[in-house]
Amino acid sequence: MGPNLLNNYFETAAMILFGIGFTTLFLQPNLIKKVIGLNIMDSAIYLFLAAKGYIDGRLAPIVVNGVTDMETYINPIPSGLVLTGIVVGVSVTAVSLSLIQKLYKEYHTLDMDEILTKVSKEGDH
Amino acid sequence: MPFVANFPLFCIVITLAGSVATSMLNGKNAFRLNTFIISLCLVMNFSLLVYLVTNPQQITYMMGHFPAPWGNETRFGPLEALVATVFCFVMLVSLISGKTDIFEDVKSDRVNIFYVMINLLMSSLLALVYTNDLFTAYVFVEINTLSACSVVMAKENGKTISATIRYLIMSLLGSGLFLMSIILLYDLTGHLLMVNIHENLVQLMASGDYMFPLTIIVGLLSVGMAMKSALFPFHTWLSHAHGSATTASSSILSGLVLKGYIILLIKVYCRVIGIEIVSQMKVLNILFVFGVMGMIIGSIDAIGETHIKRMIAYSSVAQMGYIYVGISLGTTAGFVAAVFHIIVHAFTKPMLFSAAGGFASASGHKYHFDQLKGAAYRNPIAGVAFVIGSLSMIGIPFFAGFGAKYYLSTAAMTNPGKMWFVLLALAISTVLNAVYYIKALATVYSREGVEDTARRKISKSYTIGMSLFIVANVALGLFYQRIVDILSLGMKFF
Repeated sequence: MGPNLLNNYFETAAMILFGIGFTTLFLQPNLIKKVIGLNIMDSAIYLFLAAKGYIDGRLAPIVVNGVTDMETYINPIPSGLVLTGIVVGVSVTAVSLSLIQKLYKEYHTLDMDEILTKVSKEGDH
Repeated sequence: MPFVANFPLFCIVITLAGSVATSMLNGKNAFRLNTFIISLCLVMNFSLLVYLVTNPQQITYMMGHFPAPWGNETRFGPLEALVATVFCFVMLVSLISGKTDIFEDVKSDRVNIFYVMINLLMSSLLALVYTNDLFTAYVFVEINTLSACSVVMAKENGKTISATIRYLIMSLLGSGLFLMSIILLYDLTGHLLMVNIHENLVQLMASGDYMFPLTIIVGLLSVGMAMKSALFPFHTWLSHAHGSATTASSSILSGLVLKGYIILLIKVYCRVIGIEIVSQMKVLNILFVFGVMGMIIGSIDAIGETHIKRMIAYSSVAQMGYIYVGISLGTTAGFVAAVFHIIVHAFTKPMLFSAAGGFASASGHKYHFDQLKGAAYRNPIAGVAFVIGSLSMIGIPFFAGFGAKYYLSTAAMTNPGKMWFVLLALAISTVLNAVYYIKALATVYSREGVEDTARRKISKSYTIGMSLFIVANVALGLFYQRIVDILSLGMKFF
């Protein structure tokens, strides 16, 4: 197990970062830090994908000088997935930030726990 | 390939295009266009269903005629067509009966945005039902999350926004896990199309080396989907999100959004991993324990709740427990029972939410039981719907909910190890369901200490919507055998 983890250090780092991001998003009471956690989590997945998609000594999948041999280039699909993932991540971040802004205007705090106490004090109708 | 095979793609594209078009209209026209689009989808999905039931088969539709593994695909049989038809119907009727509340609750210049989100939601739900590609599924899961969040916060007050952010965070945790698991699956097999992944997994399993990573993948994926569909320990966001949103949003969220993820999960279990492999895993036992606990704890929470919409929301937690118990039996009968429960719940819960919305608007927008006394006299059609919905949820014979519980308990016989737990939990949960639904019924029909029982003016759209819900529920209760036949047929071509 140990040597494998060291050999695949990109993947190991990606998993550790995923864990950090996940716990931050889950447990951190500060909403902005939650969004930062979300971005760490997403980036960890992109790092994992990029590391998996890269083959040592091969080129980016853009045909240059007419070389069409399959062995010259890496597989473009993981990079495509990373791009799609980034687009999704950006939109999710934008939505969460705008929601947080609205909440801050309403309750003047970024702390989730404080917001929830204020909401429950409001009572419901 | 028959012409109807194009319909799933048409529906997804039309709803996507509809979301662009509604953004340019005013509220009223947006409602009209949206109703037209969803009715069109309903007709198309229904004709597909009729075709697939008369010619039972499974159709793989290659987009742009690119064969696997290069192209993207939709793949469907009778089961998918039936679920999509139900989704379109419930969406349409929820929107019609919730129309008055939408126009009251949403700021008048933003009503069209609400319908943009509804169109996106419909599109993503249909895509989740029909797609055969895991990464496409991920993209539509995220679209679904974002549009569902926007639908929850449509009222734009502090309460709904804080409920939305809790929902959003839970959903994002879930989709993070889901993305991680499909990336790991891609890493293991080199494919994203479900059938190709399955072919590779069978080979890998034959060598017997990859059981451990596969278990982790299935675990991550199940937990991710469970978070998004409010299975028991992850259900805390649900009562706030569903309790505070506008009527149509609550109906759509509990009736459809939660179900889209479960359909995807069932698809992954049956089509990607394979029932034989999944049923060997311990992951199903964990889901089973959560499901059984959800059945009981959701009902107990509902008993203690005094806010009518939050009570119905907690009842959804219990119903999610039923569905997950069906899935975790790990047999074909269990999956059929789960999907049938999804359909029953999709018909009943939105009706209950719409009825609750009707009671509230007839009682000065109050949602607590002490303010809802006699509300069924002020809004009689909501009263009738609430009676039918409650009886169905309790599981009285001749109502749809009875069929769901009946098939779940027969399915439990196929898994002897879990049978007694299922039957016991069903019994306890049924009694608990009866406690809070009968309490609610007694409140809305009580005349004690209520002076004002005069009938309120009810809008035409609300009456039409509720009548459709009532007819659909009674029909489902009478003809559930036929639906289960289609589902069993669909499982063969899943």
